[in-house]
Amino acid sequence: MMALVIDLLSWALILVGGAFGIIGGIGLLRLPDFFSRIHAASVTDSMCAPCIIAGLMLQSGFTLVTVKLLFLVIFLFLTSPTASHALAKAALHGGLEPGEHYDAGKAPGRKR
Amino acid sequence: MDTFVDIVLLAFLAICAISILTLRDLFAMAMMFGLFSLITAGLFTTMDAPDVAFTEAAVGAGISTILILTTLAQTARREAPRPRHNALLPMVVVWITGAVLIYGTADLPAFGDPDAPAHNHVAPHYLQESPAEIGIPNAVAAVLASYRGFDTWGEVLVVFAAVVGVIALIGLRRRPPGVTAGPVAMEQHDVLRVIAKLVVPVILLFGLYVQFHGEYSPGGGFQAGVIFAAAIILYALVFDLDAARKVIPPGWLNRLPAIGALIFGGVGLVTMLLGGDFLDYDYLREDPRAAQQLGILLVEIGVGVTVASSMLVFYFTFAERGRGRRTGNGETGA
Amino acid sequence: MSFFEHYNYHLAIVLSMIGFYTMISRTNLVKKIAGLNIFQVSVFILFVSIGVLDGGTVPILRAGQTEYANPLPHVLILTAIVVGVAITAVALTLVIRIREAYGTVEEDQIQEQDDLP
Repeated sequence: MMALVIDLLSWALILVGGAFGIIGGIGLLRLPDFFSRIHAASVTDSMCAPCIIAGLMLQSGFTLVTVKLLFLVIFLFLTSPTASHALAKAALHGGLEPGEHYDAGKAPGRKR
Repeated sequence: MDTFVDIVLLAFLAICAISILTLRDLFAMAMMFGLFSLITAGLFTTMDAPDVAFTEAAVGAGISTILILTTLAQTARREAPRPRHNALLPMVVVWITGAVLIYGTADLPAFGDPDAPAHNHVAPHYLQESPAEIGIPNAVAAVLASYRGFDTWGEVLVVFAAVVGVIALIGLRRRPPGVTAGPVAMEQHDVLRVIAKLVVPVILLFGLYVQFHGEYSPGGGFQAGVIFAAAIILYALVFDLDAARKVIPPGWLNRLPAIGALIFGGVGLVTMLLGGDFLDYDYLREDPRAAQQLGILLVEIGVGVTVASSMLVFYFTFAERGRGRRTGNGETGA
Repeated sequence: MSFFEHYNYHLAIVLSMIGFYTMISRTNLVKKIAGLNIFQVSVFILFVSIGVLDGGTVPILRAGQTEYANPLPHVLILTAIVVGVAITAVALTLVIRIREAYGTVEEDQIQEQDDLP
């Protein structure tokens, strides 16, 4: 009984993680501005990967694999927000200002 | 289900390769190149090859992408428009070659067939005899370092030769003639500095784990060397290049690939001095299994040292050559 | 399905042809090197596909499992990947030196500079 519950929960988590990945992908393609696209990409890093890894942790029970997956999740939580931060910082350094190009087809211009 | 994942990943790979072909913005092409290597690593994992996937992810998506980006920072940002006069000939050549090759695969055994010649000659011998003769669970490490150790020796020498070539071409004089190193503008990178300081020791520790646990799980000298180099490269990217150069001084760093190759070849010479053939580990100890494991350990350390220092030499020579020279965003080819 | 028997090999050949085409039809030297890498990866995929065994698993020996994927192509490709990155590093070094010598990395412009009397 308990095994069935854990199995169902892990399946649910993996599917939810996959759904967040698709949401992040759609956002990456459809959002108008570079800085809002960073938000969409970070959805993938913050929700898709940890949900899938949590589902895998439930699948593998109390073994060493679970501890390794836990370390993986901690590492992801440290580094993926940093990556979004670095992206935004690089864009600001390159001269891109947030919020001025709410037109999906136009290439963003440079403002120095 | 395996086949379906396989097919989807290969289709993504083809799309990614076509986008690398057609992208004119070379920085975007470098990113697609990293994505290409990462999808390949996923493909290798579904094909039951985690060692290969590990190496491809670390080397292809890590080091190759970094080297291409460092080169692009010194050369050109965009590709010039292609001259139109020879557009047809490459296409014809490629289609004919592809058709001939696909015709040639008609006789290959089916994917995964147990009766294929690949599964029936040497490989069963390695898989069956390795627990008795060597005793480490990772069959790939056993074959790499012991049964086919001579090939690995050749490969360490190839990496060493590449290091010699890179140092000879751009590593002897730090800057191209006529360019002075301007002061590097140090901006406030607080978040990046804190996270890098947290994460670099973890990466180094993970590199050591991969090196020494490579006999029991996917890993080994190559992957560990690349992970080690990646930690130092991260440090060099977030803090200044000079600060990273102080971690391993250039005098030491340029000698480490040779030291790694010496460790590897030294094991072979010691076995010859003890009475056996080159790289015949059985002569290192009385118990042949313990001797094989000692030989594999030493040889993997040699490989790890060489690969780590080689990747660092590549990155540092590229980065130092590009200092003081910056291409504009719109420059084409020049 | 007999189509999916050789799908991996066919796709590996398609990838190698894409890499080949990138190398011979594009004039930017860095893009040629990227095409070379695509070609190398396609060869890796071909070899690792040859090593797959139906019903086999990862070649880490453990109790209770008798069928493993063939470790020999894995060893070969491990070496090949590292040799490939060494080749890429030396090739990119040459591109940097060419840029310093000719001022450009487009093949036709380099040819023009070489052909001038």
